[in-house]
Amino acid sequence: MKKNKTDLFDIVNLLILLAVALVTLYPFLYVVFASLSDPVALMANSSLLFKPIGFSLGAYGKVFQNPSIYRGYFNTIFYVVVGTGVNILATCVAAYVLSRKQFMLRRFFTLMFIFTMYFSGGLIPSYLLVKDLGLINSRFALILPAAVSTFNLMIMITGFEGIPQSLEESARIDGAGDWTILFRIVMPLAKPTIMVILLYYAVGHWNSWFHAMIYLRDADKMPLQIFLRDILTRSQLGAMTGQTDVEDVGQTIKYATIIVSTVPILCIYPFIQKHFVKGVMIGAVKE
Amino acid sequence: MKKESYAARLWQNIKKHKSLYLMIIPIVLYYLIFCYYPMYGAQIAFRDYSPKKGIVGSPWAGFRHFRDFFNSVFFGRLIRNTLSINLKNLIFGFPAPIIFALLLNEMRWMKCKRVIQTVSYMPHFISTVVISGMVLQFTATDGFITQIMTLFGYPKQNLMLNPALFQPIYVISDIWQGVGWGSIIYISAVAGINSELYEAARMDGANRFKQMLHVTLPGILPTIITMFVMRVGNMMNLGFEKIILLYNSSIYETADVISTFVYRKGLVDQSYSFSTAVGLFNSAINLLLLFTANKLCKRLTDYSLW
Repeated sequence: MKKNKTDLFDIVNLLILLAVALVTLYPFLYVVFASLSDPVALMANSSLLFKPIGFSLGAYGKVFQNPSIYRGYFNTIFYVVVGTGVNILATCVAAYVLSRKQFMLRRFFTLMFIFTMYFSGGLIPSYLLVKDLGLINSRFALILPAAVSTFNLMIMITGFEGIPQSLEESARIDGAGDWTILFRIVMPLAKPTIMVILLYYAVGHWNSWFHAMIYLRDADKMPLQIFLRDILTRSQLGAMTGQTDVEDVGQTIKYATIIVSTVPILCIYPFIQKHFVKGVMIGAVKE
Repeated sequence: MKKESYAARLWQNIKKHKSLYLMIIPIVLYYLIFCYYPMYGAQIAFRDYSPKKGIVGSPWAGFRHFRDFFNSVFFGRLIRNTLSINLKNLIFGFPAPIIFALLLNEMRWMKCKRVIQTVSYMPHFISTVVISGMVLQFTATDGFITQIMTLFGYPKQNLMLNPALFQPIYVISDIWQGVGWGSIIYISAVAGINSELYEAARMDGANRFKQMLHVTLPGILPTIITMFVMRVGNMMNLGFEKIILLYNSSIYETADVISTFVYRKGLVDQSYSFSTAVGLFNSAINLLLLFTANKLCKRLTDYSLW
């Protein structure tokens, strides 16, 4: 099959795919160029950017002077670490029990959990529950209601079911209990699957903003995404609707903020993408 | 008689595997509190809920909130927008990753293929807030997309103030963000196709393009149908966070959908019962779509989600 010579089909295909890649990449390049441009020159510019116009690092200086970005980063890291920790513990315990053949209520609980993927009480009843639990303006409001994702749980169950039962049986003969088997045998052996859902959960916490917006009040508990939303979309709205009470932020500062908040993810995703790709496959098999 | 023996067996099972039952208790509590209790709380759609009286203490209102919604001036607009955005997304957004996967599969230069794939996954990892912020920047009065649009005769004016442009912008940005990531599942399906089929097609004189149409595409058809059902079954909930970030009051006419209306009525205006009713209506339609799509899928492919 590979012996065929390169033909017109290959050339056209290559050109189309390169065009797709370029269109995907260009908005990010534009953001990079604009963030490094001179603010006045950028305002006057009215065409595409292929390099920064009038190089300036001033916008980055302004972004790093803003204390909210450090606070946002700190809070986001807190939510990602604590939230993902709770997620992994809960998901592994649930998946362990639901993957034990000797557990009689296995099917009942699995169906009970799956049902919530297709039907929910809705936004308002969930909000009122969090309110009645006294979790409004508490950091737990971002962690407890999102403790288990049923989709990830199903991936985890598939992962745990792939571990040979014989290992568990021999450990049981040696007197190991369920907790020991889970932490010492099942979890170490399922590390690749745990890695997949750990990344799913972590990226989910990193990107989440809606729950923070509706459940949190204090600025010093807000994650980075809320801070970003205020800079990127609120000020835009103020400018559009002619409100003057919302202060507009300079263009270059907005672009620099995007870069500062996105660079960590952009730097690590090429290395972790294979785990995500694996997650898509396992999920697909399960479905 | 049989029930008793089941209970007896269950009791035996609990006694024998006590720790498994203890382990699952917190998880079951989580689901009961955070997933099932809100379903119970959804009854406020049929009451006049006030926080002081609580869920059960609030007086019944019957179907009044539903009637109010069906009779409201927004009803037609919300249904129209929800359907229109979702259908556009389905017609243009659904085939895009399939085409992309087919083209990638034909790519010869492996290194180049890998780079293109990695680049195409990138937007998936960017948060909705940043994506929306970028869209707003680029479509602002002096944004670069607005500049390009002026070449096609559009006035040099913020594109997000033009109701006719919201849905295209929304759908295009969705495709841009999802095409690479969405293609993964199809690429893995392509890898599972028997290579003898290609041999046979070549014997019959099929060129590369024809092989793509007559071997690869039918080979991934089951995956395509499954993805289609899943997508239709999720239609009513898609994109809600992004629309909240993108829209503004001057384009509600084309941008406001049922889920954003629920958010505004419920959490901004605090009409809890009314917006729960609207949300329940949305969930019901969604469930109906899922069942219909699943049934259709069962008939077409002998495969179903449950």
